[in-house]
Amino acid sequence: MKKILTIIRKEWMEVFQNRLVIFTVVFLPLLMTAIPLGILYSMRDTATAAGGNSLSGEIPAQMAAVCSSTMSGADCVRAYILSQFLVLFMIIPVAIPGAIAAYSVVGEKTTRSLEPLLATPITTLELLIGKCLAAVIPAVVATFAAYGIFALGAWIILADPAMTGFLSEARWLIAIIAVGPLLALMAVTFSLMVSSRVNDPRVAEQISTIVIVPVLAGFFGQISGLFVLNVGIISVTAAVLAAFDVLMFYLATRLFQRESILTRWK
Amino acid sequence: MIHTENLTKKFGAVLAVDALNLDVPEGEVFGFLGPNGAGKTTTVRLLTSLISPTRGTATVAGFAIGRRDTDIRRTVGLLTETPGMYDNLSAEYNLKIYAELYEVADVRGQVEKYLKMLGLWDRRMDAAGTFSKGMKQKLAIARALLHEPRVLFLDEPTAGLDPEASHLVREFIAELKKEGRTIFLCTHNLDEADRLCDRVGVFKTRLLVVDSPANLRNSVFGRKVVIHLRAADEKLADVARRLAFVREVGVVDNKLVVSLENPEAQNPDLIRELVRAGADVMFVGELRHSLEDVYLQLMKNA
Repeated sequence: MKKILTIIRKEWMEVFQNRLVIFTVVFLPLLMTAIPLGILYSMRDTATAAGGNSLSGEIPAQMAAVCSSTMSGADCVRAYILSQFLVLFMIIPVAIPGAIAAYSVVGEKTTRSLEPLLATPITTLELLIGKCLAAVIPAVVATFAAYGIFALGAWIILADPAMTGFLSEARWLIAIIAVGPLLALMAVTFSLMVSSRVNDPRVAEQISTIVIVPVLAGFFGQISGLFVLNVGIISVTAAVLAAFDVLMFYLATRLFQRESILTRWK
Repeated sequence: MIHTENLTKKFGAVLAVDALNLDVPEGEVFGFLGPNGAGKTTTVRLLTSLISPTRGTATVAGFAIGRRDTDIRRTVGLLTETPGMYDNLSAEYNLKIYAELYEVADVRGQVEKYLKMLGLWDRRMDAAGTFSKGMKQKLAIARALLHEPRVLFLDEPTAGLDPEASHLVREFIAELKKEGRTIFLCTHNLDEADRLCDRVGVFKTRLLVVDSPANLRNSVFGRKVVIHLRAADEKLADVARRLAFVREVGVVDNKLVVSLENPEAQNPDLIRELVRAGADVMFVGELRHSLEDVYLQLMKNA
């Protein structure tokens, strides 16, 4: 455990001196928070104007899945739009760790610091857990912080307990608390796998961005009305991700061949 | 302390290390010499459990490679060919990381000890990236010593250093030798090997020869004495040639170069005969071939 903590501290000391990483860790969550808050703010007057019109039976199915029958039309629109933002918060845990983890192994290769590191009594498992956590923790903290800021901002902008209560529903909490960290772990293990196999940090980072595709697919799928992220879908996603992460981490440890990494340097 | 039996490493079809049989006793400084691409670094990686052998076995400090790899890594210190420091981190923090990974009990104490010993204490808070090549190398040596390893593998410790930094590193290795550590020194610097090593092995995929530098010189070139005369000629050379124990005689300027098996025992008789034949002997010395001459000769034969 002590060696894992040493690796985490070392990674943070190194990585957070990189301005690009700091930019990614700080700016992306801020952007992902500012966009929905801006939209909510711009909708505020529209919603007020819509007043207390009752919900008609002609609303699209994907909106009906989000709204309750007691909601006014304006509230339903707001609730529906709020639900769209959920996937935005899933982009943060995928994007941030990629920037950190992609550099993780390749960076050590290029600076030639990997050989002395591997010559210490650290096991491959300890090394990979350390590197994984060093990338996952900032992503999860950033996601939680972004969600917290968003919830606070929404509470101020909407000034409606029913709407802000919407943000603490099970599907939001499962998504933020479970799916977010699991997505972060997926992104990190994938980045580590790529990082173990390529020799250029830029290539590692570019390939690692592929993991954002499923999240974007979810975002567009929801917007286009293909599905609505309800508790069931999010819970199943969390379960599948958990199993997938275990498999990915196992593969990452298998792909991290000390010998190949040391001897196949270009 | 280091024992190998038919240690072999192949990378695909490329044979990097061919059936290495070697014994390095405790406290010895062993020089591992060979050209670029000879397989020296591969051998070091095998012996430090960084890579696994294709065939053969080896033990380091009593631990078998492939079976007790973590114990080996805990016991040995490795100075890699390039320092590989974390350039953005301070010298002190670089060492702290490794002290923790090597499970050193007194991290702060050991870091301070080696930073002071290698003259880096005043620069401990500076980023390693701001260090000169020599300072980085010293920092890497400190890193390799933090856990007080019984066996130390030094891969080209003075490569690319200026003469002053090389001298400092060599002095430090000599100090380590005095402490009784076993040192496996890979180097291209034959003068360095000659000065520091108890024995050297000349390696080119396979081990060509192992012996002390002095014995290697004798076995490759034999022992030769140089007799400086006021005037040397073939007549005096013939006098020397007539002696049964003399193997070969050459005349170079006013010097006779005589090959002998045991100069300490045979020199007095040789000099006596030359003086009797009228030679004015000014002084006598032994012709000392450098380890480089020996190495080049061996490589030529290989």
